[in-house]
This record gives sequence, C-alpha cells and structure tokens, in this order.
Amino acid sequence: MVHRRSFAWLLLIALLVPILVACGGGEGAAPAGTTGAASPSASPAASPAASASPAASPSPAESPAATTEASPAATTGAAASPSATDTAATGTAGGATGGGDESLIGAEPSAETAPAFAGAEQAKQYSGATITYYGDTVGIGANLDKALADRFTQETGIKVNIVPKPQNATENYATYQRLFQAQSGDIDVLMVDVIWPGAFAPHLADLTQALGEEAKQHYPGIIQNNTIEGKLVAMPWFGDFGMLFYRTDLLQKYGYSAPPKTWDELEEMAKKIQDGERASTPDFQGFVFQGNAYEGLTCDALEWLASSNGGTIIDEDGKVTVNNPQAVEILNKARGWIGTISPRGVTGYQEEEARNTFQGGNAAFMRNWPYAYSAGNSADSPIKGKFDVAPLPAAEDQKPVGTVGGWQLAVSNYSKNKDAAIEFVRYMTSPEVQTYRALIGSYVPTIASVAEDAAVIKAMPFLENLADVQRVTRPSATTGERYNEVSTAFFQGMNQILNGQDAAQVLPGVQQRIERIVGSR
Amino acid sequence: MGQGQPVVSTRQATTAPKRGKDTDLTRARTRLAWLLLTPTLAIVAFIALWPLLQTIYLSFTNARLASTSPTKFIGLENYAYLIQDQQFRQSIWVTVQFTALTVVFEFLLGLGVALVINSNFKGRGLMRTAMLIPWAIPTVVSAQMWKWMYNDIYGVINDLFRRFGLISQNVAFVADPGTSIPAIAAVDIWKTTPFVALLLLAGLQVIPGDVYEAAYVDGANRIQQFFRITLPLLRPAILVTLIFRTLDALRVFDVFYVMFGARQDTQTMAIYNQQNLVNFSDLGYGAAISMAIFIIIGIFVALYVTFLKVEEA
Repeated sequence: MVHRRSFAWLLLIALLVPILVACGGGEGAAPAGTTGAASPSASPAASPAASASPAASPSPAESPAATTEASPAATTGAAASPSATDTAATGTAGGATGGGDESLIGAEPSAETAPAFAGAEQAKQYSGATITYYGDTVGIGANLDKALADRFTQETGIKVNIVPKPQNATENYATYQRLFQAQSGDIDVLMVDVIWPGAFAPHLADLTQALGEEAKQHYPGIIQNNTIEGKLVAMPWFGDFGMLFYRTDLLQKYGYSAPPKTWDELEEMAKKIQDGERASTPDFQGFVFQGNAYEGLTCDALEWLASSNGGTIIDEDGKVTVNNPQAVEILNKARGWIGTISPRGVTGYQEEEARNTFQGGNAAFMRNWPYAYSAGNSADSPIKGKFDVAPLPAAEDQKPVGTVGGWQLAVSNYSKNKDAAIEFVRYMTSPEVQTYRALIGSYVPTIASVAEDAAVIKAMPFLENLADVQRVTRPSATTGERYNEVSTAFFQGMNQILNGQDAAQVLPGVQQRIERIVGSR
Repeated sequence: MGQGQPVVSTRQATTAPKRGKDTDLTRARTRLAWLLLTPTLAIVAFIALWPLLQTIYLSFTNARLASTSPTKFIGLENYAYLIQDQQFRQSIWVTVQFTALTVVFEFLLGLGVALVINSNFKGRGLMRTAMLIPWAIPTVVSAQMWKWMYNDIYGVINDLFRRFGLISQNVAFVADPGTSIPAIAAVDIWKTTPFVALLLLAGLQVIPGDVYEAAYVDGANRIQQFFRITLPLLRPAILVTLIFRTLDALRVFDVFYVMFGARQDTQTMAIYNQQNLVNFSDLGYGAAISMAIFIIIGIFVALYVTFLKVEEA
C-alpha cells in the first residue's frame, strides 16, 4: 500500500528532480561533446595521440633562473643563442623571405633553437612583469609554447606563466565565458578559435594601435574576421582550411591525370572509381566529408555555397543571403551524393569518421583539414604515399574556396599587464615564430610570405598547391555572441537537406531563422 | 507545497476519535511534527524550491551568459515565442514518440522477464545478475557502442540482417530519418528493460503464494491466475514503474546527444533546452523551455494519477 500523502510527496520530489536536472545545466557542466562551439579547426592541435602535456606545469623555478642567466647575453640579440644552427640568421634576416632552416623539420622544440625576438629591445621596458597565457594543451603544441615562452623570457625579462587551456573547444568556450563574466585579471594572453572573436570582442583588448602594422603581413580574410567594429581584437596565429584529399594511385588506375576541378567532375570521377573498386572492396566509397549536424557541416556547406556563387550565409553588410537559387542548386546536388558516391551514413560523419574511411583505403576523395595530411602519411597508414591534396572543387567558372579554421592570440581587456602581454603576442605571431612552428609542428602559417618559404613548403608540400585558394570565413564577426545560434540554424538545415529534403523548401526556413537571430541582436 | 501535511499528523488524524475535528493533543502533535520536519523542509527548499523559483524568474528576463547587454525584465516575451516555436513543438513530438515506444515495450518485455526470473529454475541467481548487465553500462558508452553497431558500412547489425536475408541493402539506421527514432528507442529498451524487470520482480515477490494455491484449488488456470491475481496485485509496482519510466523518458538526453548530436529532426525537449542554455548562453529562453518541460511532465503525471487511480493503489 502506498500511502496517499506520502505518495503526494513522492510525486512532488519526482517532479522537482527533472527540473533540477533541466536547470542545473545552465551554469556549470558543459558536457563534453562536439556541438555548438566545438570547432573542428582545433584539429592539428588536438591530435588524439598526444594527451600528456609536458608544459602543463610551468616550472616556476626554471623560468626566473633562465631569465637571470640569459639576460646579459640577450642584450647582444640573437647571437646569444648557443645553438650552432643558423636560426639566428633566420631571425635577423626579417624572417619572411629569409628562408627557414630545413633541419628543423620535425625537430624537438627548444628555447635554443627558437627564433629571436626582433622587438626585444623595446619590450624590455616591461621586464619583470609576469603574464599568464592560456596556451596549447597537447603534444608538440604545448612543447612549442614552452620553448617559445622561455626564449621570450630570456630576451625580454617578461615572465610567462603558461596555463593549459581546456582541450575540448566547447569547454574552452565556457571557461573563457566564465572568466570574462567575472572580469577576471587571471588571464592575460589567450588562444581564441577563429569563430570566437565576434563573441568575445567586448572582453578583448584593441590591438590596432600596437599591432596594426604587423597585421598587414597576414591574410586579409583572417584579419577581417578578427576585426570587430573597427577594433583588431586578435592576431592570427595558425590557420586551417578545408581541402580535397584524393588517392593518386586510384586516379591513375582509372585514367585521370588531375584531381577534379568542378563538383560535376568530382561526382563523375568518384562514381567511376567507386563502381570499379567495389568489385574487390564492397564498401568502397567515392567521396566522404563531414555531414553530421555540427560545426563541421557549417564549414563544409559554406564551401559548397561559396564555390558556387551561392554567397557566404551572411554578406559583408550583414544581410542574410543563404536562400538563393545557386545555393538551392548546389545543395540539392550535394543531397544527390548521399547514397550514390557517399555512404548513407555520411550525415553522421565528423572529421574522424571521414578520415578513418579514407585512411583505411575505403574512399577515393575526402574533404578534411590539414591534420589529415600528416596522419595519412604516418608510418602505419595504409595509404601512405598514395594520396595528395588539391583545392576543393568549385562550380563552372568559379574559384576554389576553403573555409578558414585555426587559432588566434588575443589579450584580455581585464589584463593588468596589457603592454607586456601585447609584446608576447607580437613575438608569437611574428613571421619568424610562424616559420619555426610550421617547420617543427606543421602549423599552417597565416602569413603569405611564410607559406611561400621553401623550407616550409618542404615540410607541408600541400601549401603550394593551395596558395591561391580563396579563404572564406564563417560569419562569426557579424553575428557576435549569437554566432553559435546562426551556425546551428545553418547546419541543422544543411543536415535536413542531406537527409533527403528539398533545399528549395528548407532554405527559406533557415533564412528566416537566421534573420530573426541576427535581427534580435 | 502547503497542502502536503506531514505524514505523522495524518496517521494521527485517522486514529483520532473524530476525524476532521482536531483535538488539542492532535494540534500539539502536529506542531511538533512540523518542528521536526523543519530541517528537511529547509534543505528541500534550498536545493529544489530556490532553483525552481530562480528558473521562473529567469524565464521572464532576457538574461544571457557573459553578455555585455544588461539583463532586462521582458515579461511574457519568452513564452510568447515559445508558443509558436516550431522547433520546440517538434522536440515535444519527438520526445512523446520516444516515450510511448520505450515505455510500452520496456513494460511488456520487463514484465515477461520478471515473470521468468520469478519462477523457479536452475541458475536463476546467475540469470538475475546477467540480466542487469545492459543497465549497468553507462548510457554514453552503450549509446556509442550501438552507434557503431548501427553503422551502415561496418556495423554488425547490418551484417547480421543481411546474413539472415532480412534486408537486401545496408541501412543507415541512425542517419536515415525514417529509422532514427525506432533505432534509438531500441537502444533505450535494451538498456532499461532490466530496470523495469527489477522493479516488477520486487512487486511479484510480495504477492503471497497461498493466493495462487487457493486459485489452483478453485480450478483457475494459469492465464486466469495471471489476469485475476498477478496483475491486480502487481498494480502498485506497475504504477511506480510506469511513472518512473515515463518521467525518465520525457527528459531523455544522453542517448540522443551521443547518437544524433544537434540534428534538428531528432531533438528532444532536453536537448533543445541544453542547446539554448549552454550553446547559445540564452538563460532567459532556456528557463522558459525548462518551465514548459516542467508543465508537460506535470500533465503526464496528472494523467497517470487520474486514469490509473493512484489513490486506491
């Protein structure tokens, strides 16, 4: 027998539990996952293999010691480097055209080989200050951070306290949000995903004055992305962009001399190769990409639109342009790939599912980020040496495009050592450091002259093929803190189309939803 | 909350000479009972009532996390939008479909399992333990496991179905909108049937054996025994089970989050709510959705209470 009154209590409690669960999510636990702000552009840094973070605990004893020892020597500039390599030359030659040192490719990062800081003399006025830097968490990225920060400390006397940022982009976003909400001065320099400057702009220092001149060296598209209401709030650090991976051996086998230039060509080639290969490999696929309803699909679909004269979701004047005839055409074409040249399950794929299929030798073409290049060429990869990278296809008479990913460095508005922090950003985003990072860690530079450097091209051969790819940015600068909503509206619509709905019917709804979000800002 | 009189005083009232008219003694005891309950009530108020009130308050504002614009009181604006929000309507429909599918199948299968493991057979203890394994695996893990099993290229389910000639072509169970909901319901049924069976087993074990003996003497067959004795006596347990499962299913989150991510046609109410609260930092609208979920779950409970006559159970 359940007693009447006690049952009423039970019911009340049972009612309150779900409410608690529903409300509790608001503040704290951002579940680990990949929706929303989870950006695929983290890929090169987030290589799954490396989880230990040697730079995790910046040894407080070591840094100051190094400072005192090296300071006198540092006054003589780059020559202070005990290393026998000619990094110093690279540094002083102005980096950009001076040429990187090929022997650094794949080397271990260290403060000795790290490039000198051209602006060290000027930065020394802040000597003795300590700044906190939310840096890279994993593998080589963390080691590079430590080596570069040590070198920076040696030359300028500014101490750098490295705090590893959360590895998961969604959690990272939430952490920053909380720090900014509290106007915390605990953080001076921070890594910012390419889609965040719009959302965080009110909390980031304006770098226009201090770094405006340096910014001119970087790709204008990324600088534009990082410029919010006339303020440069973040400096590009390393980039990412979408590209087409293809199997060189299979193209040759089926009589193709070059990768596809248009989406129609891609369709045709994928179909032919798929039909032929299925005789021996029943599950062979023509083309794999990121079709899951998440940020990655926003990147993929933006490339389809921009490469087909279908706009970039929101144009420069803030007008929502997603619903247009060219967009309908290309999206319905993409819908047609599902189940023909792409697996039916591709609408659930993220980067890793696509890479696993391609790297396992089960696909002819793949759209992915640069990280898949080094992964595909790793020693145990079945397709090592059998694939190459090309610009993504475009519509007839259109230029190839790639969605921009990557990370920036920014200075918090609540920092107590803004000037010292800016000097650190100046050093970390300099051509010399970008060259160094490109050679050692395959980080894609955001400075054209670095990308054209012979040694850098040797480390990342695909950079040359992709030099004139037009880079499109997601509309995060115009949408500010509502970007996640806009992106969600967009990728949900795209996913519906891929799952079989007519683009002509889905796009008006997406257009309306985005207009409402942008309008209510 | 006010109408919930402490249990002690009710019991007192039923044994008092005149029901309804309180004596001095009853009143004194009632006062003591309230006094003793105060700490409990204070804790409940702190951990349940206060967040609830705050959610109600937030639902009338445009609060956003880490926003530079100040929080304003906007009255019923969130609710006005909620009423015509197609996405929320769709999420209710998805959740209700999922709830209906899972509760019905979990109950029928769970009852079957409970009856089997309640009977006497060799290895019953082992069986009872083994049965609980699906329920013991964390949902996120089992959801990921099923996602792989459902995969259209290397998934074991497609492989099995093809071997047995059930399908001629591989099916992308999770990706295809037509099979998504049944596929995810199957995961939940697989996972939660043991829990339902466990609850029903507890109910079965308190039914005394002699009533069956009496029925047997009176010539009732097994089927008659089941419908005339087992089911009516199991009603309290069934009720608790159904309410538990319905409430759980209505606020389902984890399975959907792992299997479908942010896909629009498979958003449950909780997924949509989490998206607004966490991903969009939209505390105001998220709170309004929380209130709507609260009311919807309340309706379901009211339905159960009315139609299954909880009072008599």
